[in-house]
Formats: sequence, structure tokens, C-alpha cells
Amino acid sequence: MTTRHDIPPNAVRALRGYRAGSLKSADSAQQHITVDAPGDTYPVKLTVNGQPAALMLDSRVTLLDALRDHLSLTGTKKGCDHGQCGACTVLLGDRRIKSCMTLAVMHNNQEVTTIEGLAKSGNLSRLQKAFIQHDAFQCGFCTAGQLMSATGLLNEVKKPSTDQIRELMSGNLCRCGAYPQIVAAILDASS
Amino acid sequence: MQPFAYSKATTQDSALQSLAAAGGNMAIAGGTDILDLMKLGICTPARLIDINGLSLDAIDTTAGGATIGALARLNDVAHHAQIQKRFGAVSQALLASASAQIRNMATVGGNLMQRTRCPYFRETAFPCNKRTPNSGCSARDGINRGSSILGGSASCVAVHPSDLAVALVALGASIAIAGSNGNRSVLVEDFYVLPGDTPHIETVLRTDELIVAVSVPKSAAAAHSIYLKVRDRASFEFSLVSVAAALELDGKLIRSARIALGGVAPRPWRSLDAERVLVGKPAAQKSFAAAADALLDGATALRLNGFKIGMAKNAIGRALATLAGIA
Repeated sequence: MTTRHDIPPNAVRALRGYRAGSLKSADSAQQHITVDAPGDTYPVKLTVNGQPAALMLDSRVTLLDALRDHLSLTGTKKGCDHGQCGACTVLLGDRRIKSCMTLAVMHNNQEVTTIEGLAKSGNLSRLQKAFIQHDAFQCGFCTAGQLMSATGLLNEVKKPSTDQIRELMSGNLCRCGAYPQIVAAILDASS
Repeated sequence: MQPFAYSKATTQDSALQSLAAAGGNMAIAGGTDILDLMKLGICTPARLIDINGLSLDAIDTTAGGATIGALARLNDVAHHAQIQKRFGAVSQALLASASAQIRNMATVGGNLMQRTRCPYFRETAFPCNKRTPNSGCSARDGINRGSSILGGSASCVAVHPSDLAVALVALGASIAIAGSNGNRSVLVEDFYVLPGDTPHIETVLRTDELIVAVSVPKSAAAAHSIYLKVRDRASFEFSLVSVAAALELDGKLIRSARIALGGVAPRPWRSLDAERVLVGKPAAQKSFAAAADALLDGATALRLNGFKIGMAKNAIGRALATLAGIA
């Protein structure tokens, strides 16, 4: 019997993320820059989910906007844009950060992992599977940030307790209130 | 966000030169506060000097005390084994700060330089003397539940938001400052200035200077210290009241004590009288209550923040009782 807990094939394809060649070149990326009063632009090289990207960016472009608007990686969400909701969480190296609160130009030659990079060869990560099994989302807007934050959490603490998970996930808000399921999924994935 | 130029400093000297240049240049490290302020239109630097390339992130505890580089990330300091063991209040204050993601980004220097969370400072539609000198204070007669009960003025009743600064004041830490005209060291408790008529001036740091490190002296009290933070929710929230306390006990008697309060004043609040009344006294609630009364001496309530006076006294009692093992 198929239940909503099974992973539909098209979801796997979507979660597999972008492929090589989908990253925009610096020339085409520039066309996406829409600012009222353009500031200075700077060359920025990033490695995103293992793929190199070379961009020319206005100094004001946050890492979040570079990912979404210049690399078309819209899995990372913009919620509050003030570091309060956690929807924009990505990994910088192996550390979780809020991509809205840092400038892309500050991360030249650094490695970023987004939600599109969590699944490997079409296989969802243990946390992604646990989120599905535990119904750890409703509307899904915060889910990418929750998953990236939880991935970073397990880089910091291998076997977190329920209390530790609750404390260490406090930077990710869920307006649907799926917190109990999110905690259960992280606990399951770390066991 | 207003347009700005960006450059990455490769040496401390070049960073200081850029900061000394005319035209409103500012340093950026973690960016978690300054970018927020830039998005809100409160901070409009002509150029950001990215100092993340400087080698200022070391945490050195080999000499007994702790020297923490200005670029050390909050999470790295908080989880440092020697900081946890010998400067407990510092680690606890950092773990009670912001969220895990922000603690991975934010730096020690930036934490000390963060601006107030007073809602009228952060909302440009309202007058605020700190944001726009001589425009007025909206908090004094406004929604002032979070405002100061100590150290405020007719011009400003904002509180300082840092947890780390409170712990550092309690432990007698100092800030190492580099400048194009030389280096100097300032006690954290002398680093912040009260608002008076000039609330836009918050610290003694000049615009051509950079915080390079924080030094915490070792002491028996620092190794027996605590940070207690009281807030509206259990995590990821600024304090209503916080207490950093350190006690050196001789049996049941208090040999030395250090206490600082957060969330109640424009800077971490310390009272020498409060520490003096504890020395030589039994580690008991009666002594702690006398210290709390001394620390809150002169506290005045605005319309909505009177609860902070009792809350601060209770928090002081609980923090000291916990250290004394009688909580």
C-alpha cells in the first residue's frame, strides 16, 4: 500500500537538485540583478553543492539572494530576511549559518551546501527520510531550513537528547507547529 | 540597503588604514548585526572592510587567563573546554545567546559592538535619540517593558543586548584595542558609556580602532561562576534580566564575589557596594538579598518595566544560591 510516507519518484527527482551546467554564467547572472541604485559589483566564486559557480555580484547581495536569484537554487527560502526565522539556513563548510545575514562577496572561494545538495545520487539523506517518516512538516516553507539546520546540528552533536534538539533547533521557526515531529525525526535520524 | 563599496583586509594595518580613511568606513566580521541594521537603513557605511581574513580567531588559555581573539566565533568559544571549566559564566552566556546558526557566524568583537534591541531604535518611523540625535526618545513614554531601570537618561532608556559583555564585566575582563595611533587595553566595564545627552555614543572605541581580543583574568571565582538569563521564552531571545555571578567560597563564608546584571541598563551593571556586602558573609539568602538590594539601589521604573526590579533581585538570589549549592 502506498502512503504519504512513501517517497514519490518525482519528489526524489526534485530533491536530487540541479545538475551540472545549470549554474548560470557570470554574464547571464548579471541580467538578474535588479537593484534601484546599483552599487559596485564584485567577482564571487562559490562552490555550491560541489558545483563551481562564478558570479559578478552587487556588494549588497546576500548569500541567500545569490543562491536564489543568481543560481536559481530556490530550495533555500527567504522568510524574515533578518536572521530570525531560520528558513534560509545553509551549510558553509560543515557549519550551519543563516544565509540572509551574510554577504555573498564575503564567501569567495568557499563551499556552500543547500537543500538541493543533501540527497546523494538520488538517495535522500537519513534526515530527509526521517522528516518524511515522521511527518515533520505541514506547509513545508520552513522545511529546507529545518533540514539544513538539523544536518548542521548533527555535525555539532552526534547523539543529541530531546532537550538538546529543542534548544539547538530554536533558530528555526515553524508556523505550522510541527515541532514535536521535527524533534522526533532528528532524534530518529541520530539514533 | 544603501550601496556600499567592499574590500577585504589582508593585514591588520591595512584594515586600520581603511577604517581611519574619511567617508564612513566600517568593519564587518560575522555581519549578523550590522547587515540587519543596514537592511533597516539604520547603518549606512560607505565601505565595508571585511576583516574575516585577519588571524584574530585564536582562543589561548595557556597562560592561566584566557585571551580570546576578536574573530573567534561564539560557538567555538562557548564549547572550548578550558573556557567551560575555568570561565563558566562566559560559556553559559554565549550558549544563551542568539541561535546556533548565529553563534556559528557571530564573533566576540561583533557581539560586544552590537546595537540595542530597543524597538524604537530599530523602527525608523519613530524618533530615537540614539539613531538620530535630538529627535526624541519614543521609549520613555512608549512601550518600555524592555527598557532600562538603571543608568538611563532623559534622552535614552535603551538596554545593552549582549550576554557576553555581562559575563566579561563580572569576571573583570578587558578589551585589547588596536588603532592607527597605537594600541590600548580597556576594562569591559569601562568600554561602555552611559547615554547622558549623547546616547548615540555607546563605547569608547574610536572609528579608526578595532577590537582585536578579549582577555579574561583567571581567578578562583571565575572558575566558580554562572550566567542566569531570564527571558520571555526559553531559547533564542534577548534577556529581560540576566545575572553573571562569580563566588569564591571559604567553607560557608564568601571570600570574594563579582556580580553583573544584564537587560536592565545601557551597559552591564556592576556595583562595588553589592560585592563588598558579600565579602566575609555566610553564603546564605540573607547575604544575597543584601547584595541584590545594593545592586538595584537607585533603580527606577518606567510605566511597563517595574517588574524588572523584583525579577533582577530574585535572579541574583537564585544565581548566588546556585553557586553556593543551596538553590
